[in-house]
Amino acid sequence: MSTESIALTGVREPSRAFGDWLTSWITTVDHKRLGILYIVFALLFLVLGGIEATIIRIQLIAPLNTFVSPRTFNRMFTMHGTTMIFFAAMPILFGFANYFVPLMIGARDMAFPRLNALSFWLTAFGGFLLYFSFVGANGLYGAGGAPDVGWFAYAPLTSKAFSLGHSTDFWTLSLMVSGFGSIGTAVNIVATIVSMRCPGMTFGKMPLFAWLNLVVFGMVLVVVSPLTAAQLMLCVDRFLGGHFFDTQAGGSAVLWMHFFWFFGHPEVYILVIPAFAFMSEIVPVFSRKPIFGYPIMVGATVAIGFVSMTVWAHHMFTVGMSAYGNSFFVITTMIVGIPTGIKIFNWLGTMWGGKIIFKTPMLFCIAFLFQFLVAGLTGIMLGAAPFDWQLAGSYFLVAHFHYVIVGAILFALFGAFYYWFPKMSGRMYNETLGKVHFWLFVLGFHLTFDFMHIPGLLGMPRRIYTYEPGRGWEVWNLIVTIGAVVQGIAILIFVSNLLYSMFKGKLAGNDPWDAWTLEWSVASPPPEYNFLTIPEVRSRRPLWDIKHPEDPDWKYE
Amino acid sequence: MAYANLRKRAWCRCRHALAKGITFLGAALLCAQSSFAFAQASPIPNIFKPASTPADAIHRLSLFVLTITGLIFVIVGGLLIYAVVKFRRRGEEDGPEPAPVYGSNQMELAWTVVPCLIVLVLFLATARVIYSVQEAVPPATAVQVTAIGHQFWWEFRYPELGVVTANELHIPVSNPQNPTPTFIKLLSADTDHSFWVPQLAGKIDLIPNRNNSMWLDPHATGVYIGQCAQYCGTQHALMLLRVYVDSPEDFARWVAAQKQPAVANDAVAKGRRIFEQTACINCHAVSGTAANGVFGPDLTHLMSRYTIASGAAKNTHDNLKLWIHSPDSLKPGSLMPAMNLNAQDLDDLTTYLETLR
Repeated sequence: MSTESIALTGVREPSRAFGDWLTSWITTVDHKRLGILYIVFALLFLVLGGIEATIIRIQLIAPLNTFVSPRTFNRMFTMHGTTMIFFAAMPILFGFANYFVPLMIGARDMAFPRLNALSFWLTAFGGFLLYFSFVGANGLYGAGGAPDVGWFAYAPLTSKAFSLGHSTDFWTLSLMVSGFGSIGTAVNIVATIVSMRCPGMTFGKMPLFAWLNLVVFGMVLVVVSPLTAAQLMLCVDRFLGGHFFDTQAGGSAVLWMHFFWFFGHPEVYILVIPAFAFMSEIVPVFSRKPIFGYPIMVGATVAIGFVSMTVWAHHMFTVGMSAYGNSFFVITTMIVGIPTGIKIFNWLGTMWGGKIIFKTPMLFCIAFLFQFLVAGLTGIMLGAAPFDWQLAGSYFLVAHFHYVIVGAILFALFGAFYYWFPKMSGRMYNETLGKVHFWLFVLGFHLTFDFMHIPGLLGMPRRIYTYEPGRGWEVWNLIVTIGAVVQGIAILIFVSNLLYSMFKGKLAGNDPWDAWTLEWSVASPPPEYNFLTIPEVRSRRPLWDIKHPEDPDWKYE
Repeated sequence: MAYANLRKRAWCRCRHALAKGITFLGAALLCAQSSFAFAQASPIPNIFKPASTPADAIHRLSLFVLTITGLIFVIVGGLLIYAVVKFRRRGEEDGPEPAPVYGSNQMELAWTVVPCLIVLVLFLATARVIYSVQEAVPPATAVQVTAIGHQFWWEFRYPELGVVTANELHIPVSNPQNPTPTFIKLLSADTDHSFWVPQLAGKIDLIPNRNNSMWLDPHATGVYIGQCAQYCGTQHALMLLRVYVDSPEDFARWVAAQKQPAVANDAVAKGRRIFEQTACINCHAVSGTAANGVFGPDLTHLMSRYTIASGAAKNTHDNLKLWIHSPDSLKPGSLMPAMNLNAQDLDDLTTYLETLR
């Protein structure tokens, strides 16, 4: 199998002009290149969101700090949330799905390669549109700058009366555009998984990575559509004088909340199930055992997919629902914890009796398990509605969801980066730097997000640009900010490791981890057509069968 | 309020608190007492120190949930640590691969059924508290208050007592023999807000076009601190709340004083004229005068309040003057405009306002 015919990421072939190289990336419909574009785009926005987080933390390091004005602070947390969810977390996970779903199911590309390109560019355009608001949102009233309505943009703060200028328009249009991109990707990946699996790969023999992404993108189809519809309604309100959410003309603020959280809660699972997918590939390989309870893992994920669409109003325990309504959303919220717990136990079962190898990807996965456990337990606290009446909208809540998004999702993502970096770049990363990154990041993460719970318990609400001394919050905020700095340093190490290894790393070869899924059977990086001949599989671990012909999996499964 | 100076002091306090924090880190996690500095000694709004019936109910539930989740944490976390230590690969040797185990139906059944039982118990305990708090019926002796959220202050009306005030809620202490809980109707004049005084009750949002309600049943007198807990615009941060829980006698005295019309004092007629001839009266009311605006706080008994600008500053002569002269220096982004008065008018106006006891 030859690798000569493909362009390496970021490596220009000397004979080509720069323009050709650029054109080849902009016009590409190759799922691997689009995957890399997604990831690079998302990393750019991750840095932007990180800068915004840093500004927030500097402002809160001490009481009555005046590092930024209240308006700037409100813009920073709005942009931080919107950026991280819609333009960092989602695209990065979509990128991994784009790159590895076809490779893992033995396909040569996605079902609709051009739709794939369109979806990426819509998402990218949405991101650029959002950031254009910094210069373009001045509008007629001179009330410009980036949006400052919070990432869930509760009505009626988004109505014309309270949000002058065009900042909210940029916010809503950018999410609408990228929403169309997400829906396109969802259609594409679902179609790819359903119709392009290689011979022998029944649904029961598909890698869990593909199964979990099938669930994720099924959910994207169901829940991103209402969000996009709600953005359209907000546009009608703002441009055409509609009254969906305009409370001064009888509109409903609570209607927006329902629309937003019907998307917003499943969104958490849209982000965390891909992290589960990484876990389900990495943990077996580094424990040297097949995944424990494959059918149960699939069933639990599908169950999460369905149940997660019935829990959204647990974000609204404080808006004055009836006791009956609150109780309903308590029970559904707690039920969704059951399949999630089952998944944790199955990963533990996979490690149990194995030979665990502490390479960087596995370290991140072990930390994921620990932190996801904590995040799940604080989630149960928040799910108990009366307890939530105290915790909702406080720094305890902020700490909880960062525990999910950073402690679980970002940790799993780092694991995935280290695990698949050799496949995507053809070179190994530096293991020592990887371990330094891991331990520093663990330290920074726990300094920041463990201690962030406490001011919430002491009555500190989120989204306040300052606080008075003497409320018992100072020391915790100081520690949190120090932790954020440590995390920043760790990320710099991560980025330099990747950049250095991309050019100077040891050559990886096809299969550096002695792994079992199809992507490891092709060259690193894979050729444009992925597979010279379409493979045939007989079990969930096709490479195991090839490496151990005396003891193949298909005899037992 | 001199910002720079306060900032410096805050920094010192911060360093001091850090030193303390490092010393007591483990033990003092949830009951950290930093130095009280701002205003009078007021309690840190710790949700684990409830002082009111609904907050008590939440507190008991929270301890129950914390116990169960704590047990789960210890067991599952312990298993994880055990697995990582016990099943680590020793040395770099390749050796044989571990025996492949594809799953176990008995295990799966066990770790499905046990969580189901835990969920059932948690749900029943939670539902009981939901109903006990939400379905409470006000007794005839209950005090009725209407709280209206504004950008960025609180309006409190006592329809049965004929009292209107702002930002500082006074309610009577309630004893179990003769309960006088306070039932609050929650409304909003503009955007979403949330009423949160952690020691007295959980938070409930104030949403335009919606009637929400909550109740407080405090069993100890004192001042309880809280603030708006739903992002409501630029100055969400300084939309603070103070609830004074008074003895029945103090509360009766406070109500009687609030029902009086504004003090008419001829010595400050000049300041009063300035108040009534500038835009002040477009937003503020002073009962018994021409001022009857409703966009800003009622100032009839301004001097009975400990703070101004919804808790942003202590109600002192200098702060009051600064607030009228340049609201942005106390609370940037507040909706109160600067009145651009000359020094003499500013003094007269402040003197007038200071007679509104």
